[in-house]
Amino acid sequence: MMVPLSWYLIFSAALFCVGLFGVLSRKNAVAILMGIELMLNAVNVNLIAFWRYRSPSFIAGQAFAIIVFAVAASEVAVGLALIISIYRRRNTVVADEIDMMKF
Amino acid sequence: MTPMQIIFILTAAATLSAAVLVVTTRNIIHAALWLIVSLFGVAVFYVLLNAGFFAVVQVVIYIGAIAILFIFAVMLTRRLMSDSGPQSNTNWWLAAVISVLLFVGLIWMLSSWRGVTGEPPVLKSNIDTIGLLGRALVSPDGFVLPFELASVLLVAALIGAIYVAWERK
Amino acid sequence: MTIATLIWLLPFPPLLAFGLIVLFTNRNKALSHTLAVGAALLSWLGSMIIFWQALRVHNFSQNPFVSSINWLPILNQWLSIGVWVDPLTVATLFFVAWTILMIFIYSVGYHNFGQPKGDHDQAGLQPHGATVNNEYGHAHKVPSIEPLYSRFFAFIALFAFGMYTLVISDNLLTLFVGWEIMGLCSYLLIGFWYAKPSARAAAIKAFLTTRVGDVVMLLGIVYLYSQTGSLSYRTIFSKEILHQLTTVTAPGNFLGLSAAGLIGILLFIGTVGKSAQWPLHVWLPDAMEGPTPVSAMIHAATMVSAGVYMVIRAFPLLSAGWVEGGSLTPAMAVMAFIGTFTALFAATIALAQNDIKRVLAFSTISQLGFMIAALGVGAYVAAAFHLVTHAFFKALLFLGSGSIIHGMEHGVLHTNEEVDPQNMFNMGGLRTKMPLTFWTFVIGGFSLSGVPLITAGFWSKDEILAEAFTYKHWIVFITLALTTLLTAFYTMRQITLTFMGKPRTESAHHAQESSWTMTFPLIILGVLAISAGWVGIPSDFWGLTLPHSWFHEFVGSTLMEHPAAVAFSWFPFLTSVVVSFGGLILGWLVYRNVQEGAVDPLQKPLGWIYTTLKNKYYFDELYNLLFVRPAYWIADTFTNQWLDRGIIDGFLHGVARVAFSIGGIFRNYVDKPVINGFGDFIGEGVKKFGRRFRVIQTGRVQQYMLMALIVAFGTLFYYLIFVVRP
Repeated sequence: MMVPLSWYLIFSAALFCVGLFGVLSRKNAVAILMGIELMLNAVNVNLIAFWRYRSPSFIAGQAFAIIVFAVAASEVAVGLALIISIYRRRNTVVADEIDMMKF
Repeated sequence: MTPMQIIFILTAAATLSAAVLVVTTRNIIHAALWLIVSLFGVAVFYVLLNAGFFAVVQVVIYIGAIAILFIFAVMLTRRLMSDSGPQSNTNWWLAAVISVLLFVGLIWMLSSWRGVTGEPPVLKSNIDTIGLLGRALVSPDGFVLPFELASVLLVAALIGAIYVAWERK
Repeated sequence: MTIATLIWLLPFPPLLAFGLIVLFTNRNKALSHTLAVGAALLSWLGSMIIFWQALRVHNFSQNPFVSSINWLPILNQWLSIGVWVDPLTVATLFFVAWTILMIFIYSVGYHNFGQPKGDHDQAGLQPHGATVNNEYGHAHKVPSIEPLYSRFFAFIALFAFGMYTLVISDNLLTLFVGWEIMGLCSYLLIGFWYAKPSARAAAIKAFLTTRVGDVVMLLGIVYLYSQTGSLSYRTIFSKEILHQLTTVTAPGNFLGLSAAGLIGILLFIGTVGKSAQWPLHVWLPDAMEGPTPVSAMIHAATMVSAGVYMVIRAFPLLSAGWVEGGSLTPAMAVMAFIGTFTALFAATIALAQNDIKRVLAFSTISQLGFMIAALGVGAYVAAAFHLVTHAFFKALLFLGSGSIIHGMEHGVLHTNEEVDPQNMFNMGGLRTKMPLTFWTFVIGGFSLSGVPLITAGFWSKDEILAEAFTYKHWIVFITLALTTLLTAFYTMRQITLTFMGKPRTESAHHAQESSWTMTFPLIILGVLAISAGWVGIPSDFWGLTLPHSWFHEFVGSTLMEHPAAVAFSWFPFLTSVVVSFGGLILGWLVYRNVQEGAVDPLQKPLGWIYTTLKNKYYFDELYNLLFVRPAYWIADTFTNQWLDRGIIDGFLHGVARVAFSIGGIFRNYVDKPVINGFGDFIGEGVKKFGRRFRVIQTGRVQQYMLMALIVAFGTLFYYLIFVVRP
């Protein structure tokens, strides 16, 4: 018997939730971005799994996943650039200390 | 238990534990390294899902570029040579609750969907997946528009990242 | 242009001059006086034309020049106003036109036209002189031009308008209008030098005193109107109306008078005020505060004459029911008494006055008393005659006194002496310094004293005495004769003190004759003061048969029943001669040797009588006590302080206090706690709420994400589980 789709989905859900936990609970901003990366990867796994199990002849699933790759890459680049810029200004990467988004 | 399932379970376990370590370890370099491990695991999954191209892309892009980028960023933003204190903020338990709830919710949603347990359909053996993907990405009645937009996005991100992180004297 | 149109237009040149001066030419002195004198000249010309035309009409009194228009619609009738020129009007117009013109010309010189502006002359005060340098650089003071020159001409022009209106009107209403306009101008002109407190007080006194008379006169007019329904002469002096008025008794049988009698007395009281008879005489002496042309015009020739004119006009009413030789009607008796009393009363006061103009003022009062006494005994023509001649010689005397005062002021400026230029005891010997003034003043003074045959005053005064004598009004006759004696006496006193002897002060020594604008009118009036009497020579004078007295025929015909001339009688004639010559000689004897610094020779012999006369029988003080102070008390204490401030203001303050306290209550118990409190509560509540909730905005992205996720996933799962699933 092959691996049922549900295993992949459960796995990607778990990976997503771990990434979410990381985003919500890590102090270091770079660590938060790592969490985001995990989440994006979970999404990609989900996409490819669905492609493989539901409509392998329909190439849209892969195309979508490619786009997600590109977006993830660009987002990480920009995000890290921002973190570095903030680090230069405020000399910190602790997310709790970057609290200007208030009144 | 078929060999696929065993490989799956092993890879899943490895990936998930690496991911958990990413989000819990104190030393952020270690976290980056554990990230690399989990990314590798995901690449293995891509192979298992007959998306070899993606596995390669995963390794090259994610691990080869993004994870390295992470390591650079970590190094460029180190205050002290050692990390001090716990790396979780005060509300980590709430985050854990949320994550767990989300997970449970997702699983429960999934369980009500009938198509979740199913055999993967059989693939034709000589499908040129990469060629198909390539052609789809550049054909006008395919996905050329998202492709081009994604490339524009990348250019923008590139310029943006350079500009944001430019060191002004 | 018809005669009627000319008569209508007669009062308007002066009114136009007034308007133009007030609105446009006030700054230009030459233009203002040209307008005024030009207007007076036009009206004079018109009056002369009317006079000439009236003489040519046969039986003029039956065919007077009349014209009227319907003016005021009242129910189903009209109140009409118009003009009425009959012989009496023509005679009055004659003297009014001449005296007004002469006085206007005189005013040009009197107010020093052509002289420089004063050193420190203020508007509202008499001019004090200007310092000029003559060709040797020697500075000396000369009289300066009146600062408010044009204003004067505007006012006298308005006054002339009022007088002409009064004279030509054909009804009591427009007569009253002219009367009141003159009263106003009298006030304005007496108070011409308004910065002088005495002038202001005199103006108010004049206005208020004549007001008393005017109000009573208005009552008479109103009563007349209510009885007859008309005010025009044609109606009210007609036989039927007069008969009606004599038979109707006064309301409430007031003093047993008929309506005619009551109206007559009420109208007469108007004259008592306007012509300054006792007891309303007190304003005329004080009115001398005004410039001398004003005294001449208003208080000698025209305004006070208007009072007498009015009673002469109303004579048919006053004498309704009287026949010649019979007993006097109540109105006539009152007039005879008041006139005679006033004549003697004022003459006695004039004996003790030192101010040259005051003497003339009391003399005016006295002579007006003559005229009223004449009317009182029924001597209609004599009264009118004396009115005409008196206007001429009294105007002459006043203008002459103005010339004298000018000469004295010239002397005062030259010598910088501090003397009153109007006090006769500072004058003396002016006949050599001011010859023209001297001779014309003498003519006027002799005319006033009634020097026989030559002067006009004699003819008119003699006629009054003759009538009083012939109709056996002995008291009137004796009193008037005595008054004539006193008149001559004080006139000669005045002439002697002013002109004869040697100058008693340096100023009198340096006096000089006035300019031609002032002496020319004096000459003209002098001629008239002599010749005006000749028209009234009785036809049987001295038993001779002379042509009929033109005046008697002409004016006498105005009455419905032509009064017969009294037969000439030697007794009154001789009395006239004796008293006038006697008075003149006595006056010269007593006063010819008054030296400088001396007191009045009469003072010691008369003692306390002299003091009483000098203080005008203390009437001013009496009125002050009886009327003026109580009036002030009522106005100030009673009305102002008690009623106005105490009660009315107190009430208002009380209301204000109540309002304030209510406002305070509302503020402190409703506004602040409830409304403010509510508003503050909401504001504070929002602030507190905000402060408490501000905490969630930590700025920490992870916390924001947490909250977002909780809500998003919560909503999503709720939707999926409870909405979609079942």
